[in-house]
Amino acid sequence: MLDLTYTAPKPKVIQGAKDDWELVIGMEIHAQVSSNAKLFSGASTAVGAEPNSNVSFVDAAMPGMLPVINEFCVEQAVRTGLGLKAAINLRSAFDRKNYFYPDLPQGYQISQLYHPIVGEGEVIVEMGPGVARHVRIERIHLEQDAGKSIHDMDPTQSFVDFNRTGVALMEIVSRPDIRGPEEAAAYVVKLRQILRYLGTCDGNMQNGNLRADVNVSVCRPGQYEKYQATGDFSHLGTRCEIKNMNSMRFIQAAIDYEARRQIAIVEDGGSVTQETRLYDPDKNETRSMRSKEEAHDYRYFPDPDLLPLEIEQAWVDDIAARMPELPDAKKARFMGDFGLTDYDANVLTAELEAASFFEAVALGRDGKQAANWVINELFGRLNKEGLAIGESPVSAGQLGGILDLMQKGEISGKMAKDLFEILWTEGGDPAEVAAAKGMKQVTDMGAIEAAVDAIIAANPDQVEKAKANPKLAGWFVGQVIKASGGKANPAAVNDLVAKKLGM
Amino acid sequence: MSKSLNSLTIAEARDGLRKGEFTASELTGACLTAIDGADALGAFVHKTPDIAREQATAADARLAKGDAPDLCGIPLGIKDLFCTKGVPGQAASNILAGFLPEYESTVTSKLFGAGAVMLGKLNMDEFAMGSSNESSCYGPAVNPWRSDDRELTPGGSSGGSASAVAADLCLGATGTDTGGSIRQPAAFTGIVGLKPTYGRVSRWGIVAYASSLDQAGPMAKTVRDTAIFLQAMAGHDAKDSTSADIPVPDFEAALTGDIRGKKIGIPREYRADGMPAEIAALWAKGADMLRDAGAEIVDISLPHTQYALPAYYVIAPAEASSNLARYDGVRYGHRAKLSQGDGITEMYEKTRAEGFGAEVKRRIMIGTYVLSAGFYDAYYNRARKVRALIKRDFDQVFAGGVDAILTPTTPSAAFGLGEMASADPVQMYLNDVFTVTVNLAGLPGISVPVGLDSQGLPLGLQLIGRPWEEAALLNHAYVLEKAAGFVAKPGKWW
Repeated sequence: MLDLTYTAPKPKVIQGAKDDWELVIGMEIHAQVSSNAKLFSGASTAVGAEPNSNVSFVDAAMPGMLPVINEFCVEQAVRTGLGLKAAINLRSAFDRKNYFYPDLPQGYQISQLYHPIVGEGEVIVEMGPGVARHVRIERIHLEQDAGKSIHDMDPTQSFVDFNRTGVALMEIVSRPDIRGPEEAAAYVVKLRQILRYLGTCDGNMQNGNLRADVNVSVCRPGQYEKYQATGDFSHLGTRCEIKNMNSMRFIQAAIDYEARRQIAIVEDGGSVTQETRLYDPDKNETRSMRSKEEAHDYRYFPDPDLLPLEIEQAWVDDIAARMPELPDAKKARFMGDFGLTDYDANVLTAELEAASFFEAVALGRDGKQAANWVINELFGRLNKEGLAIGESPVSAGQLGGILDLMQKGEISGKMAKDLFEILWTEGGDPAEVAAAKGMKQVTDMGAIEAAVDAIIAANPDQVEKAKANPKLAGWFVGQVIKASGGKANPAAVNDLVAKKLGM
Repeated sequence: MSKSLNSLTIAEARDGLRKGEFTASELTGACLTAIDGADALGAFVHKTPDIAREQATAADARLAKGDAPDLCGIPLGIKDLFCTKGVPGQAASNILAGFLPEYESTVTSKLFGAGAVMLGKLNMDEFAMGSSNESSCYGPAVNPWRSDDRELTPGGSSGGSASAVAADLCLGATGTDTGGSIRQPAAFTGIVGLKPTYGRVSRWGIVAYASSLDQAGPMAKTVRDTAIFLQAMAGHDAKDSTSADIPVPDFEAALTGDIRGKKIGIPREYRADGMPAEIAALWAKGADMLRDAGAEIVDISLPHTQYALPAYYVIAPAEASSNLARYDGVRYGHRAKLSQGDGITEMYEKTRAEGFGAEVKRRIMIGTYVLSAGFYDAYYNRARKVRALIKRDFDQVFAGGVDAILTPTTPSAAFGLGEMASADPVQMYLNDVFTVTVNLAGLPGISVPVGLDSQGLPLGLQLIGRPWEEAALLNHAYVLEKAAGFVAKPGKWW
């Protein structure tokens, strides 16, 4: 297997009015665990249900109700941890985070502050061929999602929908290793890709199934390296947390705005206040939500309704043994086994379904050719139609069949594209359709030779020119193929023309 | 039969029902009549005669078929802390006014599944916070025992349960015990009350006070009844993560009366300063009884005992402050009338100010304080460490071969209603001094009536057992009960 090694990208530098500044970014990603039931109740997690229809007595925090851990959610968190090459904590525990809000029926969120289920891991975030940031993961913990408050249904009342209450989230906390807005977005893209490969989060950002809290601070060049050497945060600037971002584009814009805001404050001789901020995409600015002083005192303490969560190494090993191939490994394999370029390997591994499609096409065939066809013909056509790979009218088997016909010399590249088009709209078996449509490239050397001779005889001037300038031989090839109705095998024609012209 | 049906023990009633000497309907009718005549006791806060008669009829059918578990046809009272489907339940708090549970607690579901009959809901301290039943939104329950015509507390928080059993309004009652709430009222009313090992009985469907300490248990007239009753309540429940998946032995079969060679520990730290002579004498008498039955009495040390009460009054309020956050006026129960312009904060503040009583507010505030940033380590974390040390004290004693520990249940007999009204709240908390250690260590404990004080009021002794060994504990209690021969009943004045 090809081992991919990377050099670190340069940090983004922003020029302030006076100085150069670097960014230091850490992220907390809230990823909804893919699970049919909630973290501590049997209620459904299905989206789009009538408000308050997926609510158990536990979710509604009725008196005397007790939480019971959903084992599958734990398995998903472990799988995620393994996918991020992280330490799995065989003993973790749940804590209560106490605050009042109508969408939080218990008056506390069950989370894991003191003993998270997953410890330190790593995500490799590629920023170009051979260039990548290693972002360290500090921890992953399981916690409950809140419900949804609705303030715009009535002028005097608010409403609340508990369908989402108690749904399992994984909070994936990174170290402050991200050094620019683009890296931040690329980190989310990569994390999302891994989660989708693992099947532990669907990554749907529109639905809020993946959202990010972004911690941003700025520092003078050289300071970050001091922090890295010592682990001492005092080398870094004061950070602000931008809450609840669910778009790659907004994440970048918000970080850029926030960094410039902080730089302006510091260059003006002020100091940044540690606070929570919200990004307003309409105005492209961040606004203070609450300061450190106004911050809630969450009064975390171990949830007495739940015993510490103890899992066995054998169970973890069993999950590890059933891990799918992850993006980095798949990319390396595609490059090694199929000879793909870095770019093509990235494109083909971005989504698991596309990678699997490609692999089905490439299996036993020319990998590079398969990659070209999947990326250019198939993806191009899918994009044009706005279709997902799973909705492709042409299956991997059909596309493979087209490539086989080409490989055997039965159809030309031009014919293959036509055949692809027919299969896209009408379907069918590639070989049968090609036969029915009379798509067969002529490889009868006698017939081709006759055609070549005829064209040479009819164009003595061109023959002279071509003899002087061999590049013009292509004109004869074209004429022969045209005369054959496009069916003559171009390679055979090429050889014959060269021979006849004495080249 | 000379005894009225409602004054039977569970064991007597079980046997009588099976022999066909009377029906469950007759037995239930006798209890309902007794209840209707006992409003002065304030024990039943919500009577369910229709449910009772229906269940009694069903029980009679089961008895006729010969398919009758021990509790079939036995009329019980249910502490208001248990959610029973379709029957109002409000944990004696105004904040749950009008709350009608749509589910049945695991305990009551097991009891009714065994054919038990529900007579109604019983009075208690609000959210089980109190030792005198005076913090109830219904007003206090009253002890059927009196002295000099003084109205006495039945204890708390399971005061209604204790009063109802002692006054023969029911054959047994469910209680819950977070710091002594089964054992102290049992002692004050001359009945038996058992707090099982933490995890023995499911907490599902019981309104939570302090989750790591709460445990439901039986309150009954005799040790045998307590064993029969516990049998029906106990067992693993997948709906309660803290419920233990441990087999439930036959508790009644364990009542052999033979404790020869057993070691009974007398903890020297429980000889609190100022212990009334009567209590000390009763304790010594109890030790003698067990010695006479062939047990060995040994002096033991539980060195961290003095820290138990402070640790308890940090941990329990901390958990309560969080457990009671759900009573916010949003989904059920009381919601304050709001003024123009009031927002969500005002709704919370007014609802909770109106809905909770003074003692509940006090504990919510204490609990919020001890969990707050900057105080967490000094209070909550330290209390947890103390708790671990208290548990270790017991572990070491049991590892040293001690089979059970004998202590007084309470520092005094029942006190007068209202007597503590102007006292420092800590005076009230001192009622729990002998009982909280058991909750902190998660152990089983039982109070057995052993004698009367000089005013003719019942006094109880507590036996503490090894974890999961309620069977052995009940057998020790059975021996103590037989030796004490406590048969006194309160004179009927209500």
